[in-house]
Amino acid sequence: MTRYVVQRLGQMVPVVIGTTFLIYALVWSLPGDPFAAKCGDRPCPPTYVARMTAEYNLDDPLPLAYLQYMGNLFTGDFGQTFAGVPIADELLQRYPITLKLTVLAILVELVIGVAAGVLAGIRRGGFLDNLVLVSTLVVVSIPVFVLGMLAQVTFGVRLGWFPVTSDGTLYSLVLPAIVLGSLSLAFVARLVRANLVENLRTDYVRTAVAKGLTRQRVIGVHTLRNSLIPVVTFVGADFGGLLGGAVVVEGIFNIPGVGNMIFRGINAHEGATVTAAVTVLVLVFLFVNLLVDLLYAVLDPRIRHV
Amino acid sequence: MRGSARRGAMAAAALGLTLVLAACGGDDDNGDGGSGSEGTGSSDGPTGSVSINSTQPENPLIPTTTNEVGGGNIVDAMWTGLVSYDPDTAEPGLAMAESIEPNEDFTEFTITIKDGWTFHDGTPVTAQSYVDAWNFGAVGANAQLNQYFFGPDGANIAGFDTVAGQTDDTGAFVPGSATAETMSGLVVVDDKTFTVTLGSPNSLFETIIGYSAFYPMPESFFTDQAAFIEHPIGNGPFEFVEEVPNTSINLKAFADYQGDPKPQVENIEYRIYADLDAAYADVVANQLDILDKIPPVGLAGDVWKTDLEGRSASAPLTTRFTSMTFPLTNTEVWADPNLRKAISLAIDREAVIAAAYGPGNYVPATGWVPPGNDGYVEGTCGEWCEFDATKAQELYAQTAGVEGTLMIASNSDGGHREWVEAACTSIRETLGVDCQGDYDPDFGSFRGRVNANEIMSPFRTGWVADYPSIQNFLAPLYTANGSANDGGYNNPEFDALIQQAAGLEGDEALDLYNQAEELLAEDMAIVPLWYDNGQRGWSDNVNEPGFTWKGYVDPLSITVK
Amino acid sequence: MSRRRGTHVAAVPRSLAGDAWRDLRRSPLFLTSAAIILVLIAMAAVPSLFTDVDPRACDLAHSREAPSGSAWFGYDLQGCDMYSRTIYGARASILVGVLTTLVIAVVGSVVGMVAGFHGGRLDALLSRLTDLFFAVPMLLGAVMVLATFPSAVGTPAWQTIGKVVLALGILGWTTVARLMRSTVIQVKQSDYVQAARGLGAGAGRILLRHVLPNAMAPVVVYSTIILGVFVVLEATLSFLGIGLQAPVISWGTAISEARSYIRQSPHMLLFPGAFLSVTVLAFIMLGDAVRDAFDPRLR
Repeated sequence: MTRYVVQRLGQMVPVVIGTTFLIYALVWSLPGDPFAAKCGDRPCPPTYVARMTAEYNLDDPLPLAYLQYMGNLFTGDFGQTFAGVPIADELLQRYPITLKLTVLAILVELVIGVAAGVLAGIRRGGFLDNLVLVSTLVVVSIPVFVLGMLAQVTFGVRLGWFPVTSDGTLYSLVLPAIVLGSLSLAFVARLVRANLVENLRTDYVRTAVAKGLTRQRVIGVHTLRNSLIPVVTFVGADFGGLLGGAVVVEGIFNIPGVGNMIFRGINAHEGATVTAAVTVLVLVFLFVNLLVDLLYAVLDPRIRHV
Repeated sequence: MRGSARRGAMAAAALGLTLVLAACGGDDDNGDGGSGSEGTGSSDGPTGSVSINSTQPENPLIPTTTNEVGGGNIVDAMWTGLVSYDPDTAEPGLAMAESIEPNEDFTEFTITIKDGWTFHDGTPVTAQSYVDAWNFGAVGANAQLNQYFFGPDGANIAGFDTVAGQTDDTGAFVPGSATAETMSGLVVVDDKTFTVTLGSPNSLFETIIGYSAFYPMPESFFTDQAAFIEHPIGNGPFEFVEEVPNTSINLKAFADYQGDPKPQVENIEYRIYADLDAAYADVVANQLDILDKIPPVGLAGDVWKTDLEGRSASAPLTTRFTSMTFPLTNTEVWADPNLRKAISLAIDREAVIAAAYGPGNYVPATGWVPPGNDGYVEGTCGEWCEFDATKAQELYAQTAGVEGTLMIASNSDGGHREWVEAACTSIRETLGVDCQGDYDPDFGSFRGRVNANEIMSPFRTGWVADYPSIQNFLAPLYTANGSANDGGYNNPEFDALIQQAAGLEGDEALDLYNQAEELLAEDMAIVPLWYDNGQRGWSDNVNEPGFTWKGYVDPLSITVK
Repeated sequence: MSRRRGTHVAAVPRSLAGDAWRDLRRSPLFLTSAAIILVLIAMAAVPSLFTDVDPRACDLAHSREAPSGSAWFGYDLQGCDMYSRTIYGARASILVGVLTTLVIAVVGSVVGMVAGFHGGRLDALLSRLTDLFFAVPMLLGAVMVLATFPSAVGTPAWQTIGKVVLALGILGWTTVARLMRSTVIQVKQSDYVQAARGLGAGAGRILLRHVLPNAMAPVVVYSTIILGVFVVLEATLSFLGIGLQAPVISWGTAISEARSYIRQSPHMLLFPGAFLSVTVLAFIMLGDAVRDAFDPRLR
């Protein structure tokens, strides 16, 4: 077990280095001139473009530019955005907000999703099952921007229950988290349902029932725990997805989060910004996935990590 | 006259606003509800706090390198230049200048500045503060974004070439190629006076120096730039308090401000929004005080008028002009003026505006200069800008026509995709030519293609004036060497008229500009589309604010209820 | 497509697949979903069967007009007939959704199955590779793919669609791989797999006959739902000008065009949205039915 964890931690090194190179290279090779938009409908003064190009190593061949970037990174220098803001400051400002939002959203999808999935799975084909199917379906097929705007207008502007936009405080993140979580809710609910239905048919459950255990106990202790493995896997992957992929919701609720930072960085061709933001994201993601893999053994005692 | 000069934000991707006609705010002294005044002087001090929508500044807050809206509005609130523009009429008027005296042929100007002005750090504003700032902006090694305002494209100060130096193939400044550190055209006479000599006659000099690139800089800027960027120091009505990156930039009223009018609000928060829709939701819910542009989500079906009942306004903008330009240098396809005219005739501007922006929210263009600018004449474009299906078809039949699909190039964001699609629909239905949008995902990629002269089909061109003058709508855009002549339009007759006009003043000059504009109608290489209207809203916490000639909030007009 | 697979396997009676096919033919869930999908396929293949209005004949004067007798679904922003555009939009949308889902399901399942079943170093290698692909933001990857193979006017529609599928699929498979790996790890511990192994069955046979049928449930669940997500994601790319381009019509583009008009003209969102929902519903039902039919534990 300890050996397994140490091994996994060791594997993170090549993944992180690989990620930095991959992302840096991709942004670096984006087509287009990063300074074409800086002067409105006329070209920028050539001296300005040349100065920025030199300052941000945009003229160097990719390997050289990358090595320079990594060299700075190892001395703790994350570089600057084109606007001159230290990237490290932006990371420190944005990650806590994004982490709060993500954890809230995961809570929403887990609590409601698992409950809905269990209700649907217990009586397959029953009324509750169909209700859960239809309602999750509706949520899935409404684009996130519609859901976000409807929630904002209804609960923020009309009813005034929540702030319309977020200032980063926990309470102001609740509404965006519900919107974010509701998308993945459908996946969680249906994964729980599908696995529950399968597991309820297994021999050990029949045995348990035959031995006279109550239905609640069979579902709660034996079946549900075993059914959670794909759910935990999905939530682990979703955690990473929400960290960097919440651009639309961040825009609607004006949350200064990481998704927006990555999006803006890609548009502005700021290799250093995108690489830094994504690398931190990958680190978090790797730890979460290690946790998920360790949870497998807890959820299903037959699984052993060697 | 209230209001400071508005910066020449040309960042056309994020569009903006208008100037409001309703002159509220300016001199009504709200906020003194009965409480005895305890401030110094006779009038009450500024009171209250307001929030205004903004975007994250893209550059440090240095006037010579700030050229987009987010940074520009803040720079304008923090500085007052020699000249500022009247918010209502856009007329330039003296602000920090006591007097500006030209010689006979507009090549030399003697500028005297007012007494008693200080920067926010308490140091005096002198003639030297201006001269140093302008030299800094022009010096090649400093590579400032607004450098061209000091050169032939702008004021054309004598000696610009000697400080700008040479650039190599990549555009980089060649170290050592500048033969001087200061422009010979700038001479300090005494603490309050300096003279400016120009490389060529320019009757618009007084108008041009209202632009933010010509603001003065304190001595501390030249000794420690890093500290200045952390905490910028200006000489205007509001001083810098703090910046929370990507969240807000906070200013407060400067107690020793010498200009007139004085600030009436104590604190201003420029709140950063990545998406204007969020700002709109906030202002509807009274959680943001002033919104200077209503996004499509509010414009469509005019819901903003009910969402913001009693706290919104709309007014025409004198500064923005959208057109469609035919590329003339990289392809022969568009060489026939009749083909260009037929396409212009086939665009139903009213219907396109109605579909893309909501009926009446933009104004169909009838020329190349928006109304409100000195020298504006209605209907210069004449019949060619009026939708006429029959005439379009007849004219089109006389031409070789478009082979295959007519493409209109633009960036897809910023609400442009909608109008391009609508214009294509109009052309397709009228001429029976297949028409499609040719999109880039963002403004940068699109401008990259335009700058590289790669686009072989008509493409979107938008212009935001740097200073309010017909000259600024014609010279940079359509003279052969103009810095923003994207389509390669080249008419020697046009160039000659523009050059001649620069040496004249008043109606004589305007007359020549008008003659030049008429040439554009004959050639129709640039199809006028529309002028912007500005729509804005405010919260229940503030009185109706005033807006500058560029359409952004005039911070001096803001009063809280 | 499901039909073809069905008939093909039906030729081998008494196999698991054969049993499944017999079950499917009697399942109302399957019959309903198959009927809906057939209609959708017909719509995608021959849209003119369903409407004789040209989806590209538009009139700005009708911009955003609400549904009426002359236009059942109303008009879109450009004054085009929404009904006709929704019918014609089926082809590109269903192609993008189904093909992308197939790509990610196949790639992800293979990677996840091999990683989970083999374990050890191969697992470590494949899992970390998955992490690497996961790290690339969708927008960045898609822009790169689509910029590498730019479309010009006159590029055949299937090529443009293929590129969008590639752009979405190349980064979309990682969650499938993780899901498959997780269930394979669980399933491979079970008695019947151990028994098969003990009887000397080869790895390939164990995987296909024993592990896959028991481990595919989560992947099927995920894939059927993500199908709808891909249709909407396509819209994001198209809206930016890098995905499908006119004259290709798609539901996604209509949905994202409706974005600013939800309050004023809900019909612009409602109809393409409803068609998308029904499509996703049909595939979810199909997934459920097929999974049940193949589940050995139900025998």
